[in-house]
Amino acid sequence: MDFAQLFSIALGAILVNNFIFSQFLGICPFMGVSKKIDTALGMGMAVIFVMGVASAVCWPINQLLLSLDLKFMQTVTFILVIASLVQFVEMFLQKAMPSLYQALGVYLPLITTNCAVLGVVLQNTQNSYNFIESVVYGVTGGVGFLLAIVLFASVRERLEFSECPKSFEGFPIALVTAGLLALAFLGFSGLSVF
Amino acid sequence: MDMTVIYALLVLGVLGGVFGLILAFASKAFAVEKDPREEAIAEVLPGANCGGCGYPGCAGYAAAVAAGKAATNCCAAGGDAVTAKISEIMGVKAEAGVKMIAQVQCTGGCRGHEKYEYAGIADCSAASRLPGGGPAGCSFGCLGFGTCEKVCPFDAIHVVDGVAKVDEDKCKACKKCIDACPRHIILLAPYKTKRHVAITCSSKDKGVVVRQVCDNGCIGCSLCAKACPKEAITVEKNLAVIDYDKCVGCGICAQKCPRKLITVDGKVPEVKPAAPKAAPAAAGAAKAE
Repeated sequence: MDFAQLFSIALGAILVNNFIFSQFLGICPFMGVSKKIDTALGMGMAVIFVMGVASAVCWPINQLLLSLDLKFMQTVTFILVIASLVQFVEMFLQKAMPSLYQALGVYLPLITTNCAVLGVVLQNTQNSYNFIESVVYGVTGGVGFLLAIVLFASVRERLEFSECPKSFEGFPIALVTAGLLALAFLGFSGLSVF
Repeated sequence: MDMTVIYALLVLGVLGGVFGLILAFASKAFAVEKDPREEAIAEVLPGANCGGCGYPGCAGYAAAVAAGKAATNCCAAGGDAVTAKISEIMGVKAEAGVKMIAQVQCTGGCRGHEKYEYAGIADCSAASRLPGGGPAGCSFGCLGFGTCEKVCPFDAIHVVDGVAKVDEDKCKACKKCIDACPRHIILLAPYKTKRHVAITCSSKDKGVVVRQVCDNGCIGCSLCAKACPKEAITVEKNLAVIDYDKCVGCGICAQKCPRKLITVDGKVPEVKPAAPKAAPAAAGAAKAE
């Protein structure tokens, strides 16, 4: 196992190719659940969890699809897998870890339709990552999401108290802020381990 | 037929079937036994998650009631109707609560007497940390930046003309604004739907000081306390306070108040024979007495 390779994947997923700020995946929960830092943290944690598990589960299924020469079926199969996986995880958590379920509960079903999760799985196959690389990419992609949404939520909490032109109040100024944050993350684009 | 098509159909069909089965078993194996009453209670609650009952959200309150840890009449937002329904589900007798409202103890009479111009964050808690307790002329007065308005889940409190005003019909007494107000000038008052008398001032300053910074703040002259036939008003620390257990809503105090501060049903009654100057609170048609 090459740790430098894994580190490079992690760095890329968190900063350079941040799912939100440079790939623009998972924007709807990013805008929707970012009004408070607490909820943003909960959502971020849930995304890390689901992205990691989805990467792990989809890897063997992708191997099966490749062996049957069914590459064109990837997207539809992954959607099926992710949706059932989230449902299953929700039921399991409710029984086995009620406290964790309480913390993530509301956000888990939301993630079912989060394109960042599908994105991470598809990118795993496009980059032909092996199992461990897939899981690392999934988890660190989630960490990148967490970083982005918490940063954004802290900015939005301050935005609440600032006076801005009437026509910009609410979502317009939030979108402008997201754009500026994305610009800031562009600064990481030159960063690489190798 | 091309084998790929068959494989594709097979893979998706089998995967779908397998996941369906797993989910079906999981829903049985991981089923959590819930008190059916808890769901029924959650159903009748308003679902506003205001936290006025003291539990985290409506689901939390439903669980507490079903577990027998909470009374059935804690939901201020739902009022008597919800209390009756919950009591029916729990099989106990409904105990009606008195309707409470949040009452802002300030008329905003200190507007125009500001100590300095404030251009900071538009938030009361930020402004109140400044020297002198914020820009408002009166050190007890409403700052008017609407921190209460932001926390209200029922759209029941609004800053009108620089002072917070409660919409009595919408207010559900969830106490969020009371906790949010850095000046602590919002209190919970029992609300009589007819003839609700209110002395909306919090100033404990001496009359001389109040006269300088406010158009109609309480100067502690005690005229209302002397006039009250039920002895419901007491003046402590230069401030008249109503004891709502004793108040019958006669409105005599409002007639006597030289500052036009006391309101009946939100209006300052017209004093016979001549009403010299209407206070801001009496912007609407003054109620004839």
